[in-house]
Amino acid sequence: MTGYRLRVALGLLLCPGFVWSAEKPNSCVECHKQVEGQTRGPATLAAEDVHFQRGLSCVDCHGGDPTAMDPQAAMDPAKGFLGRPRREQIPQFCARCHADPATMRKYNPNLPTDQYAKYLTSQHGKRFSVGDADVPVCISCHEAHGIRSKKDPASPVYPTNIPGTCASCHSDASIMDKHGLPVNQHWDYSQSVHGQALLFRGDRAAPHCASCHGSHEAAKPRTVAIGNVCAQCHSLTRDLFAKSPHKAAHEALGLPECEVCHGNHLIRKPSDEMLGTGQDAVCVSCHEPGSTGYVTAQQMRSAIEQLKTHMASAEAAVRHAAELGMDVGDAEFELREAMTQLTQERTYVHSFSAATMEPIAEEGTHHALRAEGQARQAIREFHFRRQGLWVTLIILALVVSGLLLKIRDLERSDSTDKMDDTSPRDSS
Amino acid sequence: MGYFEHLRAFLHERYRLGGLVDLATHKTVPIHRHSVWYYWGGMTLVLIGIQIISGVLLLLYYRPSAQEAFESVRFLMTRVQFGWLVRSVHAWAANLAIFCAMVHLASVFFLKAYRPPRELTWVTGVVLLFLLFGFGFTGYLLPWNTLAFFATKVGTEIAGIVPVVGPVVQIFLRGGSDVGDVTITRFFWLHVAILPIGLMTLLSLHLLMIQLQGMSKPPWVKSNRSMPFFPNFFLRDLVAWSLILGIVLCVSVHWPATLGEKADPFAPTPVGIQPEWYFLWMFQTLKIFPGHLFGLEGELVAVGLTGLAGLALLLVPWLDRPARREQSSWLVWAVGVLGIAYVVGMTGYALWVKPH
Amino acid sequence: MCPRQPLSRRVFLALCLRGGGLALLGAALYPILRYLYPPRGVESSVSSVAAAKVGDLATNTAKIFRFGSRPGLLIRSPQGELKAFSAVCTHLNCTVQYDSDASIIWCACHNGKYDLNGQVISGPPPRPLDAYQVNVRGEDIIVSKTS
Repeated sequence: MTGYRLRVALGLLLCPGFVWSAEKPNSCVECHKQVEGQTRGPATLAAEDVHFQRGLSCVDCHGGDPTAMDPQAAMDPAKGFLGRPRREQIPQFCARCHADPATMRKYNPNLPTDQYAKYLTSQHGKRFSVGDADVPVCISCHEAHGIRSKKDPASPVYPTNIPGTCASCHSDASIMDKHGLPVNQHWDYSQSVHGQALLFRGDRAAPHCASCHGSHEAAKPRTVAIGNVCAQCHSLTRDLFAKSPHKAAHEALGLPECEVCHGNHLIRKPSDEMLGTGQDAVCVSCHEPGSTGYVTAQQMRSAIEQLKTHMASAEAAVRHAAELGMDVGDAEFELREAMTQLTQERTYVHSFSAATMEPIAEEGTHHALRAEGQARQAIREFHFRRQGLWVTLIILALVVSGLLLKIRDLERSDSTDKMDDTSPRDSS
Repeated sequence: MGYFEHLRAFLHERYRLGGLVDLATHKTVPIHRHSVWYYWGGMTLVLIGIQIISGVLLLLYYRPSAQEAFESVRFLMTRVQFGWLVRSVHAWAANLAIFCAMVHLASVFFLKAYRPPRELTWVTGVVLLFLLFGFGFTGYLLPWNTLAFFATKVGTEIAGIVPVVGPVVQIFLRGGSDVGDVTITRFFWLHVAILPIGLMTLLSLHLLMIQLQGMSKPPWVKSNRSMPFFPNFFLRDLVAWSLILGIVLCVSVHWPATLGEKADPFAPTPVGIQPEWYFLWMFQTLKIFPGHLFGLEGELVAVGLTGLAGLALLLVPWLDRPARREQSSWLVWAVGVLGIAYVVGMTGYALWVKPH
Repeated sequence: MCPRQPLSRRVFLALCLRGGGLALLGAALYPILRYLYPPRGVESSVSSVAAAKVGDLATNTAKIFRFGSRPGLLIRSPQGELKAFSAVCTHLNCTVQYDSDASIIWCACHNGKYDLNGQVISGPPPRPLDAYQVNVRGEDIIVSKTS
């Protein structure tokens, strides 16, 4: 507790707002710091507040007279004291400044001023207008005091914190049941490829709730708009889809575009098994066996499988060569190119045409075959080294046996010489 | 007369080569049951020859700088034809040369070949072994991989422990306060210029002394049986050399020298950093020494004792007084056995504790 | 004494010693000569590489070059500046390419787009491309990893 106070005190000392308020005595902070209970909080939280840091103080939102030391005088409604706004007053309370471009320009010219207008169009805002007490207002997501910039990692609306902030209501069955809404979105999202990227790998480029639903204007994307939502990032995939025969079919049947196959909150990393006519294939849920679509699905899947087979064979050869201690840099380079083609081919699935995928598959196969060729060359080189060693060893063995024979000859003749020494030598 | 005889006559006429030829051929090699130890010096010699050839070849592609050393060695290993073989042979023959030199030293010690008048042959031999250690230490850093970098860091750290001269030697070796770009230039300079000059000079002296004085025979061998060095013993030498060449090739092809990761001076020291095997016993001695001994720093005592051991090794011909009177002393024998047991034991211990 | 036997023995000896010696010499010289022959046009160093010749790249074109075992992208921008990046898309490791119509770097796999500073413009890439340093040394454009 003491530590906390110390930190707050330090924060107050260090922040420019405090310097300002130190020059002009701020009776709000002076008094509220000393009272116990609920109204003590704001005085201690203010230091981390983005408003306070930009020179705004209690009086700028709540009114009153901070120079008066007497509580009665300081909180005199005659001096414009507003007190604590009621919940249903809050959006307008904030909008006094945040919807006014002239005011906002003084503090943060980049900040939009349409949040309030957007809020009123959102599902939340619409329910708010009819007096629903469950829906969030500004402070539900941004806090009342201690409001931080959305760029501050401690802010509840920092990208990695957004899913948790939304879930504080949307995973609460006691609220959602009343409105007939499910509570599993956060769980589903956290299992999805997007949730994993954002929540577990901290990848802030991954989409969170607001990326698809909007923030102040939050609403359920409409069926026809889903493609546009996904296309914010997956633009090529969407373009391919829009040119494919599926576009018209989905429109005719009133089906959402991407969602039919990939789902919404629980979007898993797509697998090749989703394509084709197998057990996990999504194609067969619409396309009957024998139909053109069914055949195309089979062809597309086999195009991918073919490239994968070539790559697997090349990878095995490269691995084998690497295990033998050979340099496989070239082959790995080719394999990487093949992988690029495979990834691209998987994207071009969304053209739903086997003919479009064919040239990509060919290009990938070409790289995979080259990688395999280079790996096999390295393996041959390895065996050549072994053979070279054997040849050299045989030569060495030949030399050694020659030397040994020579020594034997030499020493035999030496001993004959010695015997000969006793008798006169023959003329030869 | 063949061409060879013509040439010989031509040179003989002009330079009176008779003395040189005599020097090369007059020597005989005693025959007794310890004769097998006479091969080890020759094997060390041929390994040094392999080192010179492979080292000169490596110079063609190696670039001595922290930026390029690792890449140039990798280039040599992967892109240059037979580059892998040249480097592997250089690495393996280096280890085998040090091993053979150690065996040679031990055999000369136990056969008491350092007895007068061969004291200086012994001294040059011991200094040659130290030079080989120097080659190993400086050469190990040159590929600039993580293991070598940190082993060098630790090695030069140890040099700094020696009082008075230690810090100077350390700065001299590192070329600065830490192992870095300058160090690689210095080690390269030592490895390919300074040490080779020393090696060639001492090696020539060592061989010349042997040719002048002939082969020593242990004091307890009474037989006078011998064979001419040339060609009888020389042919046997050739057999041994062929065998060692075969061994070098086999290990180089089957276990080619590896390269590892490029050294990152800012990375934390990885665990299990060990120097080359021939320094392990010293390294382990340092490790097991208590922090403080007789009021002195333990490391200092360990380094001091190792230095004294080196000095004693150098002075063996004078320390072994009985040998000067052609007598064998059990004490000298025991000291030698204990010394070898210590070095082998410590090396084994270091290798054994490594995985834990 | 039979004269035949020593003769064949002598021939065999000569074969072993002279022939073996010559073969050994050949076995030593073959790898050495192959070693001395310069390897085909590859630079030894991987922390920097000669990516192209100065004249190779017209304005608003690019070239994929090999940087170790990974591809790099060398660009001459419409303003004539030379820039180099790792050509590995930060999304799923595809190889990116230069789109001269839009003067952007483009990944064909998922339409990831980067500007000529390597920053992400649009598409799924989570991070900018790794940038390399470009220097011109004589005729060569040298690309090196920034340390």
